[in-house]
Amino acid sequence: MFGEFDTGVISDNLHFLIEGMQTTLVLTVIAICGGLVLGTLLALARLAPFKPLSFIAGTYVNFFRSMPLILVIFWFYFLVPHIVGRPVGGFYSVLVAFVMFEAAYYCEIMRAGIQSVRKGQIYAGQALGLTYAQNMRYVVLPQAFRNMVPILMTQAIILFQDTSLVYVVGVKDFLVSADLVANRENRILEMFTTVALVYFVICLSGSLLVKRLQRKFAQ
Amino acid sequence: MIELKDVSKWYDDFQVLDNCSTQVAKGDVVVVCGPSGSGKSTLIKCVNGLEPFQKGEIFVDGTSVGDKDTDLPKLRSHIGMVFQNFELFPHISVIENIKLAQLKVLGRSDQESQQNAMRLLERVGLVDQADKHPAQLSGGQQQRVAIARALAMDPIAMLFDEPTSALDPEMINEVLDVMVELAGDGMTMMVVTHEMGFARRVADRVIFMDEGRIEEDCSKDEFFTSERGERAQIFLSKILQH
Repeated sequence: MFGEFDTGVISDNLHFLIEGMQTTLVLTVIAICGGLVLGTLLALARLAPFKPLSFIAGTYVNFFRSMPLILVIFWFYFLVPHIVGRPVGGFYSVLVAFVMFEAAYYCEIMRAGIQSVRKGQIYAGQALGLTYAQNMRYVVLPQAFRNMVPILMTQAIILFQDTSLVYVVGVKDFLVSADLVANRENRILEMFTTVALVYFVICLSGSLLVKRLQRKFAQ
Repeated sequence: MIELKDVSKWYDDFQVLDNCSTQVAKGDVVVVCGPSGSGKSTLIKCVNGLEPFQKGEIFVDGTSVGDKDTDLPKLRSHIGMVFQNFELFPHISVIENIKLAQLKVLGRSDQESQQNAMRLLERVGLVDQADKHPAQLSGGQQQRVAIARALAMDPIAMLFDEPTSALDPEMINEVLDVMVELAGDGMTMMVVTHEMGFARRVADRVIFMDEGRIEEDCSKDEFFTSERGERAQIFLSKILQH
């Protein structure tokens, strides 16, 4: 099994592996966007002066932050078909799971971002006659978002790695595709080394980009 | 125009404003001074409802600020305010700072907001800075933009909360000059400041505050020439010493 290191297995199955990587990337991007939108709404709710709203958002965040991600993936895999009344397939169920799970984390990041905007800025928006919603939309959130870009990107890198957990429900992402090839062609060493290298290169590039951004923002 | 009746405010048990009453007539310039912590910034923030108060009433152009049925954003859109730390929005350009509330609050067209903003930038002498971001401007320039931003709303009165306190000395005059010109044009102004030169030049009345109370409220001439209360005397001797 661990005979010669055969790189041919990679080029032979390149198309299949690329398809897997596409699934991984689509999942990552949609989870980031969905999580960010839902997370921002949750952050606004958590900071809202209306207490019941803030309580509900707080409960949501605490709940998901106390659950292992793998459990959330399982849970939605079996739950979502029940709710919509028909099978939805692994991909859509994990998509929902990731968006809802990530939203809890993005909520906390955005909440810190909103609180990092100086009180004087809020006063200035109010003094100009902006409503609460307008002040958030045009003054506070753009600044909160900018302040949080490095942390949001770090979270995105973690998310990119975490998508490999879809393995447990058999969604064909990059890791699962590689696993299928590895078993079919009996080239486990080659495939898993390749997978490790690809994840390493992508995540390291992302981390370096975050560092550069941090330096730029610090100026 | 602005009327305060027995306004009191507490932070928990600590009383920051104690039965403050005064008024600012249309076209008047009223300077509010006093030692730090005397409540003057809090008082001026109560006028447009940025700070809530627990007792008393404030009327601006007949509208009660403390009434919970009052549309505060609408009321505030008629009252310009300038802050100690300028508070320009750092993520948008100078011209966009001046256009934002015109577009979103007054519903003016892009063209009208743009023309109005450029006219005001010309008035404060900063036309060539229109497309820069606030951080690229000096403190004095930023404060002049902040004044232009407030004026863009065609306010019926202007509130200034220590507008020159955060400025380097050489930049104080460029801001005061704009304010003096504004006063000359008949703008109703309430100005929290330690700039007694400004008070002497343009103020109609001077209010002296200490420990949350209005201790003196009199005409400029009375304030600077006749005998004042002990606290006001001490305060004046401290800031006019040099």
